[in-house]
Amino acid sequence: MPTFHRKLERSAIGFVLAIIGVASIGGLVEIAPLFTIHETVEEAPDMRVYTPLELAGRNIYVREGCYACHSQMIRTLRDEVERYGPFSLAVESQYDHPMLWGSKRTGPDLARVGGKYSDAWHVAHLINPRDVVPASVMPRYGWLQRNTLRVDDLGRHLAAQRTLGVPYTAEMIANATSDAYGQANPDSPHAAGVTERYGQATNVRVFDGDPGRPTEMDALVAYLQILGRLTDAAHRQAERTQE
Amino acid sequence: MVATLTTNERQLAMLVSAFFAFIGIAMAAAGRDDVMGMQGVIVLLFGLGGLIVLARGYYDPEPGQERLSQYYDEPTKAGIVLAMAWAVVGMFFGVWVAALLAWPDLTFDAAWASFGRIRPVHTSGVIFGFGGNALIATSFHVLQRTSRARLPDQFSPWFVLIGYNLFCVLAASGYLMGITQSKEYAEPEWYVDILLVVVWVVYFLIYIRTLQRRKEPHIYVANWYYMAFILVVAILHIVNNLALPISWGQAKSYTVFSGVQDAMVQWWYGHNAVAFFLTAGFLGMLYYYLPKRAGRPIFSYRLSIISFWGITFLYMWAGSHHLHYTALPQWVQTLGMTFSVVLLVPSWASAGNALATLNGAWHKVRDDATLRFMMVAAVFYGLSTFEGSFMAIRAVNSLSHYTDWTVGHVHAGALGWVAMITFGSFYALVPWMWKQDRMYSSKLVEVHFWLALAGTIIYVFAMWNSGIIQGLMWRTYNDSGTLAYSFIESMEAMHPYYIARAAGGLLFLIGAIVGAYNIAMTIRMARSQVSGEETDLPALQPARAAVQPAE
Repeated sequence: MPTFHRKLERSAIGFVLAIIGVASIGGLVEIAPLFTIHETVEEAPDMRVYTPLELAGRNIYVREGCYACHSQMIRTLRDEVERYGPFSLAVESQYDHPMLWGSKRTGPDLARVGGKYSDAWHVAHLINPRDVVPASVMPRYGWLQRNTLRVDDLGRHLAAQRTLGVPYTAEMIANATSDAYGQANPDSPHAAGVTERYGQATNVRVFDGDPGRPTEMDALVAYLQILGRLTDAAHRQAERTQE
Repeated sequence: MVATLTTNERQLAMLVSAFFAFIGIAMAAAGRDDVMGMQGVIVLLFGLGGLIVLARGYYDPEPGQERLSQYYDEPTKAGIVLAMAWAVVGMFFGVWVAALLAWPDLTFDAAWASFGRIRPVHTSGVIFGFGGNALIATSFHVLQRTSRARLPDQFSPWFVLIGYNLFCVLAASGYLMGITQSKEYAEPEWYVDILLVVVWVVYFLIYIRTLQRRKEPHIYVANWYYMAFILVVAILHIVNNLALPISWGQAKSYTVFSGVQDAMVQWWYGHNAVAFFLTAGFLGMLYYYLPKRAGRPIFSYRLSIISFWGITFLYMWAGSHHLHYTALPQWVQTLGMTFSVVLLVPSWASAGNALATLNGAWHKVRDDATLRFMMVAAVFYGLSTFEGSFMAIRAVNSLSHYTDWTVGHVHAGALGWVAMITFGSFYALVPWMWKQDRMYSSKLVEVHFWLALAGTIIYVFAMWNSGIIQGLMWRTYNDSGTLAYSFIESMEAMHPYYIARAAGGLLFLIGAIVGAYNIAMTIRMARSQVSGEETDLPALQPARAAVQPAE
């Protein structure tokens, strides 16, 4: 070995190629099959995409770095399943660009937080977490209620997602702005299109308690309320294993 | 700075600065309705700043031909100063985020000051700002000395250094404005990522061009590591940051990968950012400055070869241990665990090689805080790689994952290994670069050493305690078979440890400030000597070259 290596050390280009070759193997073996092995992601025909308002909320979640303290990945461990619900399936994040599985739980996991608390609780909690959970160390996010949500470019967001493989239809893209407005204003003429395009089960309501202009609070709460509820696949899987 | 450039290089530099100013204007115009506009202004200011500096020095006399027989150390000097500045900024934000977990209302209800926005300022500030500048600065120094060749030209090293710092500034200021793609340690958005690719290509070209002109037949070990750092970070950065911007005038983009594939790519990147940014590059430092300072040759050439190729090959498999028990297929988890455990062999081979090099020089370790920094770094490298392999075992990971234990582990490596080897190398390098026979104050080096060590130990012990308590509380059942603790109870139990952690971090920050002061005073000492020589004692000029203790 030392003789061979002494030769290799004398060639800068040879060394560069050797490093690239040796370092590439691990990633190729572990990552490439994830795209080709079909069982990696389960089937879930009932899976729906995020509405424009929920997607905008997800982007606020990303912007504020919520993933630094909250995971969205329930592991296959008994205590986690009992604390948070059925363990997470790969299919549940198949439309997540990027995924928000997280790596740290300074706060609890949020993979199934949707529907667990009322909208009013979320709004109060985001304005000042210590009003509802006295021992909380979460920052206050009061400005979300004050900031008007930017909705004019949501069509572009959906179009970019479609290019990456998320099944948004041309109609969804064309109506993105109006749907975002409608989902937070059930009494407006824009509301009907939301359930038409995203299903009857879609939450259409005044999330932040203040009808009219959609705020960033509306979007974030709409997103939190859908977490874990885009498909029933995980619950079905849990029932199957119990039987 | 400008004085060392030739006229052609000054023109090229002006062209590049003007190009950056133009890009800045384009970004500001296209992104006027978006946060990207502000980032464009920053790019514009960098371009204009470059133009002003170049214009003021444009008619300075050109450097003579004799420069070609000397090493080019100006970028290294600037890199050291920038690294220390980033160290203070990055660690200050670190203490602040740590304090936020004990006293959450230290955000003053400002969006930019919330935990989620300033945490990446801390991580990028210390990893890329401090660590990256230290790597660039030392790599230019080591490359020239071990190749006995001067850097290929005077412009490209400055392009790398300044372009890289523009990357750091755009990243950090972006987080405060809410620009992030949420990928841990790869948060900057698409246009910042593109800038880094350009900078990195030039960095690689400097390396390869210098190596091609080397006067040593063999490429020294330190350069293997610096090259692995440059090459593999490029691969990781490009693949993990593939994303589709929603428009040319907006900062927001969507990652091309989704869900489980994205998770795997992210942690393949994330773990190997640790491996090739925070380990390989700094091993390059270790392999040069430790034997130099100790005055001993590397203990074993064979061990160097084994550990280098072991690290380069094995680390790339280990990323999936970040995803145990998740929706990632089990076979990938198992591969990740297996390779992580095997990885201990080359890691300990490196740490052992470094410590065995000190045999015969232990009296120097006792007396010289600079060498002691490097020795402690090698010890912490050994400890944290052992801990890392241990935590990658699935059963251990079920307890440690998602808890502060991970944070403690990272900081044992980051404070104990990365920062300590950097400070040690800087204390060796600064007197050489500024032609002094010692640092301004060796007492302050000693003070810095003990502050850094105490800070690291307090930090790591606090996080071990909090992490393990947290992990155990989450999985404790009471007699009736239900979970014993609510999540909030586990959080309340963390409070004392979060205070202790902030205190440990504060000690480490104070140490870094002491170090920055000491380096600044050494530079001042050198400046006053130079001006003294020029006015009073011109005859002593040639003697200056002689004061290069270890070259």
